[in-house]
Amino acid sequence: MSSAVSGTKAQSGAGFRLPLHWLGVVPFAAFILLFLILPTMRIVVGAFQNPDGSFTLENIWGLFTPSILAAYWISIRISVASALIGCLVGFAMAAAVVLGGLPKWIRSPLMTFSGVASNFAGVPLAFAFLATLGPVGLLNVLLRSNFGFDLRMLGFNLLSFWGLTITYLFFQIPLMILIITPAIDGLKREWREAAEILGASGFQYWRYVAFPILLPSILGTFALLFANAFGAVATAIALTGSSLSIVPILLFAQIRGDVLGNPHLGYALAFGMIVVTGVANTLYIWLRARSERWLK
Amino acid sequence: MKKLFAWLALVIGLLYFVLPLIGMTRFSLMMRRGELSFDAYVKVFSDPRFQNTFSYSVMMAIVTIIFGIVLVVPTAYWVRLKLPGLRPYIEFVTLLPLVIPAIVIVFGYIRLYNTSSWLPLTGTAFGTDILLMFGYATLALPYMYRAVDTGLRTIDVATLTEAAQSLGAGWTTILARIILPNVLVAVLSGAFLTFAIVIGEFTMAALLNRPAFGPFMQLLGANRAYEPAALAVIAFVITWGCLGLIQLVSRFQKSASRPT
Repeated sequence: MSSAVSGTKAQSGAGFRLPLHWLGVVPFAAFILLFLILPTMRIVVGAFQNPDGSFTLENIWGLFTPSILAAYWISIRISVASALIGCLVGFAMAAAVVLGGLPKWIRSPLMTFSGVASNFAGVPLAFAFLATLGPVGLLNVLLRSNFGFDLRMLGFNLLSFWGLTITYLFFQIPLMILIITPAIDGLKREWREAAEILGASGFQYWRYVAFPILLPSILGTFALLFANAFGAVATAIALTGSSLSIVPILLFAQIRGDVLGNPHLGYALAFGMIVVTGVANTLYIWLRARSERWLK
Repeated sequence: MKKLFAWLALVIGLLYFVLPLIGMTRFSLMMRRGELSFDAYVKVFSDPRFQNTFSYSVMMAIVTIIFGIVLVVPTAYWVRLKLPGLRPYIEFVTLLPLVIPAIVIVFGYIRLYNTSSWLPLTGTAFGTDILLMFGYATLALPYMYRAVDTGLRTIDVATLTEAAQSLGAGWTTILARIILPNVLVAVLSGAFLTFAIVIGEFTMAALLNRPAFGPFMQLLGANRAYEPAALAVIAFVITWGCLGLIQLVSRFQKSASRPT
């Protein structure tokens, strides 16, 4: 492949002023087309086709059955909850390290750890939480032997809405820290001093200066975290098996064995996922462009 | 007062991260009743399925990295040199794998490249491996492209190219002996991240039915008690190792370029 690339480039660089520069990106474009665009288009088109191949909206309507709607609803709730808490905790930790007057050396290890933790997702993450919050996990054993009660007696179950949310936070919080720390760094000292000279209190500075500047970054990261949680498959499957019916698990089972009994309904299910993550990411890109106006 | 809150936020946050790490480590050592032992690790390492799936995933990671470098470095270089107007579009396209969930992409693969299609990749084990490698390359694309593009920004691509050309170098020589060594640290960062992603990947490998490490971990998790915790510790060490290597090579570059 590389020799083909350089072959076309040699032609275009040989001195003739033919407009052949675009040939250099042909291998890349072909790869993107074959293994990203076309497969996705196949799903999108399939969502609007019946088994004969003609256009229909029936598959989309098929999504509005109680069981599928319930799957979307719990997926969206888990994604919103983990993104919201991830944003709050991540922001608090990033602000503590950047503005809280903590020793300087804490920052670098925290960023490295965030890089590791945000990539520590999938199957092993589920195992870590089973060993911690599961029936015989660390926290339950500690609580039982020291205080005579455990989380299960309080009604907590790892294979549930909150269990999944708490597990997702392990990669959501670090992602927030990684993205928001540069934004908090971008708050200029002059803005604070200017606000103080004009008589602003600490609260007023945050309410009228810092927070509005950071808001697009925070909302944008929220959208990104939401999409991140919404598309997560491996953690959910390793944690709950198939006992919790969220959209990615449902789609996984559908691809494996057509549990919905209609292949084209599977396309529609996947199409719905693209729509949800697509909207979230469009918001992220738009808000990021806005935040960059201030934080340069 | 402010400092107190800062410490509180940090400590509570870190507690949340440290507990699962302690939990999995403790659990992985509890296989022998009544005492701590490395039995779970011995069991995992001596399992032939572990050896097979792990070496399969390592192979896949290496092939994916090589393919990613061959695909991304010439493209990023070419776009910077000759087609700067195309950059925003290419950048947007490379971010798409973060937008479209992996499960949807692999669903598309299965429908598009099945045995009755024009390119029946899933018909043979080798073809499916190729398809899986392309899938991994797609997943790693956002990280690989951004790393290489950032690396290219720090060097003067046009001047280097002209200097090499006036000395008689062809395009292959320029790419392999001028550009690649100059962005090596960036390429290595992308490569280690790709390794970390591929080694534990579950969704694509499971749905394409390949014997990779991710599906093996999930299988073991469904059937065993202590081995999964040992696997989690191993996976965490690998992730930490990959990210640590990225830090190491970028620090090496900083100290190497300081004298100039």
